[in-house]
Amino acid sequence: MKYVDEYRDAEASQRLLGAIRATVTRPWTIMEICGGQTHAIVKFGLDELLPDTITLVHGPGCPVCVTAAETVDEAIELAGRPDVTFCSFGDMLRVPGSRLDLLSVKAAGGDVRIVYSPMDAVTLARRHPERQVVFFAVGFETTAPANAMAAYQAKREELRNFSLLVSHVLVPPAIEAILSSPANQVQGFLAAGHVCTVMGYTEYEPIAQSYGVPIVVTGFEPVDILQGLYMCVRQLETGRAEVENQYSRVVSREGNLPAQRIMREVFEIVDRNWRGIGVIPRSGFALRAEYRDFDAERRFALSPAPALTASPCIAGQVLQGVKRPHDCPAFGTACTPERPLGAPMVSSEGACAAYYRHRRSRPRA
Amino acid sequence: MCLAVPGKIVSVTGGDDPLSRMAKVSFGGVIKEVSLAYVPEAGVGDYVIVHVGFALNKLDEQDALKVLEDLKTLGDMEDGQQRLQE
Repeated sequence: MKYVDEYRDAEASQRLLGAIRATVTRPWTIMEICGGQTHAIVKFGLDELLPDTITLVHGPGCPVCVTAAETVDEAIELAGRPDVTFCSFGDMLRVPGSRLDLLSVKAAGGDVRIVYSPMDAVTLARRHPERQVVFFAVGFETTAPANAMAAYQAKREELRNFSLLVSHVLVPPAIEAILSSPANQVQGFLAAGHVCTVMGYTEYEPIAQSYGVPIVVTGFEPVDILQGLYMCVRQLETGRAEVENQYSRVVSREGNLPAQRIMREVFEIVDRNWRGIGVIPRSGFALRAEYRDFDAERRFALSPAPALTASPCIAGQVLQGVKRPHDCPAFGTACTPERPLGAPMVSSEGACAAYYRHRRSRPRA
Repeated sequence: MCLAVPGKIVSVTGGDDPLSRMAKVSFGGVIKEVSLAYVPEAGVGDYVIVHVGFALNKLDEQDALKVLEDLKTLGDMEDGQQRLQE
């Protein structure tokens, strides 16, 4: 496939690995905050190909993984209502709430539908005025334009039976939360290429400057990730702390302006609770007052109750890059993709799922 | 959730309202309906990055080629550096 195959080229990857090896003189710890990048790194074994002096850490880049358990419980409650058609992206279905998951609600007869796009949920609402259609609007900034358009169109068409359960999270506040933690060891970041396709990268410039960390906007194929790492290492070795753009074939500094306009019209920034991490101020989106009619929490008078989360799951530490999946006593035994204890084992972008799929046995120390 | 894929626009439909502009996009032969609401300047033959049914940006061919070109010279640079060290 054009624009994909070239970035999986083995020879180009070897050149980049050689360049990285020739440049590194000291140990560096670099974090990526993108489930897509986590998976590519583990799948292609990029972290094992890098010199030992570079430590690659996986951050909370999996929006499914960081969706608050309380919100999953709200979704489960809605999906169980006989008048509701509950629509969601596929990987939310097996994320455990306090007791159940959406898939078991579906198995018990709940009308739970997997959709590819939020617009599919809008179409369902149009076709079935007798049903209350709810869309589970989860995601980083990458998904926000689509979710915003769903709300925008629903309002334009005055759809009475469509609403969204919103749980959007934003990347820059997460980076700041990680950098301002006293235990932080991360010295450089790879920024998520598709988040930046939407938002541009101006938000990262003050972070790079005030914390003195290089941030490289990076794509998702092996060549992209290696090149992003090379650019990051070059900055670290020369004491620079700037925002650079490896993924220039798609990302521009200002991002996608029409998308940002619709997002601003529909959403406002709010504090959000990240599962396993806690509340990060101003780190999420909620529907603005003008769109409150389309807010499922309001329409169905839901009040989030504290979720029960007693289990050996160490998702929070995995998501912050403090522990790896193999450090978890339940990894691969009590916790598998078929019977997950936590979200990172469920999601196609979760670190635990990536390691389970591609790296079952314990890595050499 | 970040997973977005590049595809080629094969045909475009949609009237005056730019927000309702749609395209048939080919992903290595698999055709899907995609909204062009956020990429009003994209047309037939362009490559776009698509996520959950929406094109998020056009792929810039120049930039794409430049990355690959830079990588070709990387090897030569590295050889040069090695020779310097010997």
